[in-house]
Amino acid sequence: MKHGTLALVAGIAVAGFSGSALAQAKEQFIPANFYWVGPYAPGGSGFGGGMIDYFALLNERDGGINGVKLTWEKCETEYNNARGVECYERSKKKGPTGATVIHPLSTGITYSLIEKATADKIPVISMGYGRTDASDGRVFPYIFPLITNYWSQNTAKIKFIGQKEGGMDKLKGKKIANLYHDSAYGKETIAVLDLQAKKYGFEVTHIAVPHPGNEQQAQWLQIRQLKPDWVILRGWGVMNPTALKAAQRAGYPREKMIGVWWSGAEEDVIPAGDSAKGFISAAFNLPGTSFPVMKDVQKHVYGKNKGDLDDKSRIGSIYHTRGIVAGIITTEGIRKAQERFGKGQPVTGEQMRWALENLNIDEKRLKELGAVGLMAPLKVSCMDHEGGAPVKFQQWDGKQWKPISDWIPTDQSIVRPMIEASAAQYAKEKNITPRDCSKEK
Amino acid sequence: MLYREAGQFKSTYAEDQQIFPIRQDRIAMAALLGFAFVVVPLIANQYWFAAILTPLLIFALAALGLNILTGYAGQLSLGTAAFMAVGAFMAYNFELRVPGMPILVSFALGGLCAAAVGIVFGLPSLRIKGFYLAVATLACQFFVLWALQRFGWFSNHSTSGVITAGRIEILGYTFQSAASKYLLTLGVVCVMALLAKNLMRSETGRAFMAVRDMDVAASVIGIPIMKTKLLAFAISSFYCGVAGALYAFCYLGTVEPEAFNLDLSFRILFMIIIGGVGSILGSFLGAAFITLLPIFLSLLFGAVSHGLQMDISHAVVSNVELIIFGGLIVFFLIVEPHGLARLWQIAKEKLRLWPFPH
Repeated sequence: MKHGTLALVAGIAVAGFSGSALAQAKEQFIPANFYWVGPYAPGGSGFGGGMIDYFALLNERDGGINGVKLTWEKCETEYNNARGVECYERSKKKGPTGATVIHPLSTGITYSLIEKATADKIPVISMGYGRTDASDGRVFPYIFPLITNYWSQNTAKIKFIGQKEGGMDKLKGKKIANLYHDSAYGKETIAVLDLQAKKYGFEVTHIAVPHPGNEQQAQWLQIRQLKPDWVILRGWGVMNPTALKAAQRAGYPREKMIGVWWSGAEEDVIPAGDSAKGFISAAFNLPGTSFPVMKDVQKHVYGKNKGDLDDKSRIGSIYHTRGIVAGIITTEGIRKAQERFGKGQPVTGEQMRWALENLNIDEKRLKELGAVGLMAPLKVSCMDHEGGAPVKFQQWDGKQWKPISDWIPTDQSIVRPMIEASAAQYAKEKNITPRDCSKEK
Repeated sequence: MLYREAGQFKSTYAEDQQIFPIRQDRIAMAALLGFAFVVVPLIANQYWFAAILTPLLIFALAALGLNILTGYAGQLSLGTAAFMAVGAFMAYNFELRVPGMPILVSFALGGLCAAAVGIVFGLPSLRIKGFYLAVATLACQFFVLWALQRFGWFSNHSTSGVITAGRIEILGYTFQSAASKYLLTLGVVCVMALLAKNLMRSETGRAFMAVRDMDVAASVIGIPIMKTKLLAFAISSFYCGVAGALYAFCYLGTVEPEAFNLDLSFRILFMIIIGGVGSILGSFLGAAFITLLPIFLSLLFGAVSHGLQMDISHAVVSNVELIIFGGLIVFFLIVEPHGLARLWQIAKEKLRLWPFPH
């Protein structure tokens, strides 16, 4: 009996660590290292579910990408750095060409993977989170903070406030409170806000909320005394509904509160109940089930009972469509890489890096994909690993998120010099010679 | 039968006082070290080095540090992760700001800075005990992270407060591969574990244990309480600080202060509770249990659901893993409240009599 157990254990260990040896061609492996347990599970399971659903859609509807089937394997990271690294190491060699790209879906795990993935030649896509200065592709060849990073988003937010006030010159003398989660993620926008405050003449007060953020009385007392014209909510997880409830108690209008996109999902506002009504948040993807691609997901994936979400009511929620966007970007990258390195062949991480760097998802391509309005067009280059997509703002009406603005472009004249300075400092610390982008082909 | 000390006579004090008085133990230890230093680098792959062995050793070192304080000197602490953070950030700053600083010296200086912080936050231990002291060290946990995030100097004014460890170079050799980082970590951990083992057998260690068992009695027999308690804090924090530096340099590379949150402090506390409070071996066993078991369960469930072609929701699997993990912790603590190290000790005692227990 004992020997039997031991043999089983050994067998599992071997299977777990070298299972990838039985590789078959015509498959493209993408790790699904997300989180399904813990306080952030709604984000992890929704995003992961969306990405997997999109891969399943391509497999079911089109038979993969030019005949190459997409495969994936889930690994639980628990939003924990050590587990995230373990999942990365476990998944990086699977499939015929190893992991194609990795979506860490955690700023902390992204930091931990920057060096490892660069050494292993596996691109890291940190979509709307992660290390902002990695947008400088000369210093970070394998890191792609795609779509829009935090600093860019913040400039769009100030522009949106300017629009609401009736012009950027009207911002002068206005008071803005920045209520932020006291972590690397929360602090990320302080510098860029200070810079804009100087440029436009408004006054910004930074108010920290200690992790996890379920205690905000002192902060809202401060906001009451300050009487700001706008409150920027840079929250995450439980901090968001708490802030909305506290705002109601403090009598602060929710229509004057603008959240980051990690404050703007259904899971962030529903727990706050009525007090969330009128709250505005930024978004780089929109929710909904009426986009053609979402209809296809329902028909080809959930219709065949192959969907990933257990709770069908979450189809088309913010996190789910964000995952669909992640799926679109990933597979468009694979398609691009195949076009250059051989159609119908699995691509390597190195080829994928080239493809992501030359990715161009324009309005026409979005129409073909059935994703017009779901996301904004995106164009990446060696210099700019972000893509510079604009930001939309949406408002919670008590039942769902309604878009209330056009796609507002970001202000790269503010952001880009900061990114380059920060990346240059990183390059100096790490002894990296930045690439010369004119020589890239 | 094989494990018996009959016939091994000790004729000098040195022989009597050695760490492993039984020959079989010495052979086993030498074999284990040989295995870790020579065989493992030959057979293991990058997954094992980067994802399993290196973090295991680093957590074992941190647990060892906490065990010196909690297990040997009897002072409960919840600030372990904060001491690790001090070690990591200060080692980074020494590397960054002092040109040509040898990496091992940076680790040691990072550890000394952690020791200094440990002494300051150990001061309340002179007045309060037990759970009350744990609350005081909790303050350390929050204060250190607050300071690291608030003052830009610590992270070289990085906008997000993140540090990136530089290259590790010793005598012209660059530690770049996962295997070399594992060997470096292993070397540091072995030396420090040996030091800890000897320290605990010395007068200082005995003073720690006297204070742990009853501090009034200890002071009556002439042990200076203040010096002993603060020394325990200093040594413990030094170990944690070095572990933190290794965590940043040899394991993750880029670290944010949040990585050293209260959660990590608790995890390390659980490691020594499960492994065995007041035991060097226990620190290693506990670290192995806490870091490896969840990974093993995850692989097991992956293999099982794959093998049986079952269609279980991943969310269910992830939660079941946590439930089983928690259940196993409870099980082991019921079976042996003194931890895995005690189980090992019992096994050894039984083995000495085997196969004729009467």
